[in-house]
Amino acid sequence: MQRIGVFVCWCGSNIAGTVDVQAVSDALQNEPGVVFSTNYQYMCSQAGQDIIKNAIAEHKLTGIVVCSCSPRMHEATFRKTAAAAGLNPYMVEIANIREQCSWVHKDMPTGTEKAIILGKAAVAKVNLNAPLKPGESPVTKRALVIGGGIAGIQTALDIAEAGFPVDIVEKKPTIGGKMAQLDKTFPTLDCAACILTPKMVDVAQNENIRIFSYSEIEEVGGFVGNFDVKIRKKARFVNEDICTGCGICTEKCPQKKVPNEFNLGMDNRRAIYIPFAQAVPKVATIDADYCTMLKTGKCGVCSKVCTAGAIDYTQKDEIIEEKYGAIVAATGFNPISMDKFDEYAYNQSKDVITSLEFERLTNAAGPSAGKLVRPSDGKHPHTIVFVQCVGSRCSACAEKGKEYCSKICCMYTAKHAMLTRDKYPDTDVYVFYIDVRTPGKAFDEFYRRAVEEYGVHYIKGMVGKVSPEGDKLMVQASDILANKQLHIEADLVVLAAAIEPDKSARPLATQLTASMDTNDFFTEAHPKLRPVESPTAGVFLSGTCQGPKDIPETVSQASAAAAKVIGLLAKDKLTGNPCVAGSDELMCNGCSSCERVCPYGAITYVDKEFRMPDRTTRVRRVASVNEAVCQGCGACTVACPSGAMDLKGFATKQIIAEVDAICR
Amino acid sequence: MKVSYFPGCTLKTKAKELDKYTRKSAEVLDITLEEIENWQCCGGVFTTARDEIATKLSSVRALSEAAKKDQILVSVCSACHNVIKQTNNAMQTDEEFNFRVNQYVDEEYNGEAKVMHFLELLRDEVGFDKVAEKVKKSLEGKKVAAYYGCLLLRPSSVMQMDDPENPTIIEDLISALGGEPVVYPYRNECCGGYIALENPESAKIRSNKVTDSAVNNGAEIIVTACPLCKYNLEKNGSEIPVVYFTELLAEALGVKEEN
Repeated sequence: MQRIGVFVCWCGSNIAGTVDVQAVSDALQNEPGVVFSTNYQYMCSQAGQDIIKNAIAEHKLTGIVVCSCSPRMHEATFRKTAAAAGLNPYMVEIANIREQCSWVHKDMPTGTEKAIILGKAAVAKVNLNAPLKPGESPVTKRALVIGGGIAGIQTALDIAEAGFPVDIVEKKPTIGGKMAQLDKTFPTLDCAACILTPKMVDVAQNENIRIFSYSEIEEVGGFVGNFDVKIRKKARFVNEDICTGCGICTEKCPQKKVPNEFNLGMDNRRAIYIPFAQAVPKVATIDADYCTMLKTGKCGVCSKVCTAGAIDYTQKDEIIEEKYGAIVAATGFNPISMDKFDEYAYNQSKDVITSLEFERLTNAAGPSAGKLVRPSDGKHPHTIVFVQCVGSRCSACAEKGKEYCSKICCMYTAKHAMLTRDKYPDTDVYVFYIDVRTPGKAFDEFYRRAVEEYGVHYIKGMVGKVSPEGDKLMVQASDILANKQLHIEADLVVLAAAIEPDKSARPLATQLTASMDTNDFFTEAHPKLRPVESPTAGVFLSGTCQGPKDIPETVSQASAAAAKVIGLLAKDKLTGNPCVAGSDELMCNGCSSCERVCPYGAITYVDKEFRMPDRTTRVRRVASVNEAVCQGCGACTVACPSGAMDLKGFATKQIIAEVDAICR
Repeated sequence: MKVSYFPGCTLKTKAKELDKYTRKSAEVLDITLEEIENWQCCGGVFTTARDEIATKLSSVRALSEAAKKDQILVSVCSACHNVIKQTNNAMQTDEEFNFRVNQYVDEEYNGEAKVMHFLELLRDEVGFDKVAEKVKKSLEGKKVAAYYGCLLLRPSSVMQMDDPENPTIIEDLISALGGEPVVYPYRNECCGGYIALENPESAKIRSNKVTDSAVNNGAEIIVTACPLCKYNLEKNGSEIPVVYFTELLAEALGVKEEN
């Protein structure tokens, strides 16, 4: 039998204003197990905590109930108080008589009645509480960053800087991501490559960082502090350790007709290629889909010209197994496909391009060597129409676009428009927008400059149709401020395509058992207070895989994620939450119901020997909960058909006892 | 194949040829058009006002009639098809609309009927390849511009006939008949519609854009499925002839009467 103490808090007048605290402590005095009951003005104050500590000692209490505010507020406080007095902290129950009682009731009698009921429920529960001890697990002091764009790069650099080893897994042949494809960056207009490539070199030279380029995640097992990851290093048919990146092979390869993905297919590369001059690692990769040697066995030019002897046509995919303490998802984004936006004639005309293609067109290393020309005929465009929100904020057309705002388009379009007017003052530039959204440091000033100093025609309204007529693009649009229909003869139309998470994010989330929203962005543990952590312990989020972001925000979040990882890796042992699920192996029939509903991947099955009544042994498959991974959500306890699964600290019988107390 | 047929008011007055050539072509293609008994006006437009049900009741009666016979309900006028299909969709998906409508009709109806435009019937039930086999007088060498207008394809989530921005159904039919389809940018833009009554100038601008676009892309003739489109294009547009697609169909099938 427990010896329970009840402590009713007034919370100044917050509780005492609508709850008769004396009546509550008197009523609870008579509940089963209660040997002491009192009330005090501020139970969380030092004096209040002393009352609790003294009572525990004096009355040899085995459990306590504090009737106060939400457990979110002060459960930890009172657990510490109990622990200081020698009581197991999990023998403390909070009855929330503030948020769920005094604050929502207006009159004293109802408030008091409800407070008593809530107190009785808590007493009933603590009668069945058992002391709990949190488990401990070791931490592998190595982090994995998935994705080598600016987010992954920044996260890896920060973690490495703190002294922990980091591996970057990048599916492309080089790190650098989308930022490497950009020309200038807003709002300061520094060249993207000039600020990114030094960071890429830092990554390559950092002793704590390993880069697995042209590699993908094959399998993820384990849990926070102890992840077991298999990485598939795809065959690039070039020995990375020998290749010097001289590039002779990429000039001599006779297969010249491979669409160059780095320039978004606007020019061609060879079958053996280095994506761009500053690639890291700077080694060649053979594209097996186009290589004549790999397809027919006849060619071998690259092998002949390679002075280092790095070409290896027999190379196979390699699986690397490694242990990690923390995993950071930094899988980034892509512009959505324009296939469903036929009204803008993207597939009908070469001169209708996306904004990312525009970046390549204006980039000195791009297909036109930085000269802004029409892809169709190489002529200088004199009238350019930019269309914003193509597929963004598109709630009426969810099947082709996205409901959310892609956030970066207003700024990069202002940048494109401004740079065009700066370099080619004879060009007329129109920007069609729904709203111009430019919050951010020095952002709105930037946009105003495009309008006021550079004379870009900003028109509120959407483009309804782009139709190619001869070598012109007839743009039909509405100017909703002037209430007019506009017809513009354009030479080039640039579509600010919505951005969406990279396609690799969804399967990765499944491997990590990390949750995603309906748009396939990773969900954060708390949208405001834990924005860089996934709800899955040990998994962190960096960059646009969590939501649309520009570069400054991405880098901030990447560093924040790194800080969280460092905090985790700095620990030698992890203390778990003891309120986790546990399975009664004698009742478990191994049906897998719990495993299927577990959002954290905490449940596995083990074959276990059981002694039968006839003294024989039998092997049965039973559920086993990994306490370091379990978050105590309780989903499995509801799904379990045989009642074997129960949650420590929130056992079914405890919940029923609470309900009984309330209904009594 | 027996189907229920909803001609609509205009097909009995202004657009008699649309009706006539639909019937003649159907005969050749072994389609029996059973005209719905006592059909009434489809409602003209599918009003988006949520509390408006009176104008949709006659469509529901026609739908109910076709469902009872377990036949596909076919119409050929873009506007009728649009109203009937949207009404049927509302009966299937809008619980409140369904409930209110069922207070007014004799037999309960919940959107069981299958609604098809005559073009869809040709494509999905008959097959354009089968249509091609029956061609007697190929349209070879004829440059035909299909004009879709607004109502045939939109709202696309309900009409589900073709891609509203880049449709192919009429072009495919023209090809099947041996003609040369002309794809031009304004083929799915509005002709001006009912604005022709209130602001004829606006309608004229719209129609001219369509016909100019077709002519500039080399079309010799425009086909449409909509009586209002035909009216606007002919009244306002340039000199290019505008006919119903069924007229060309009948011509190719060799059942068009020569005047």
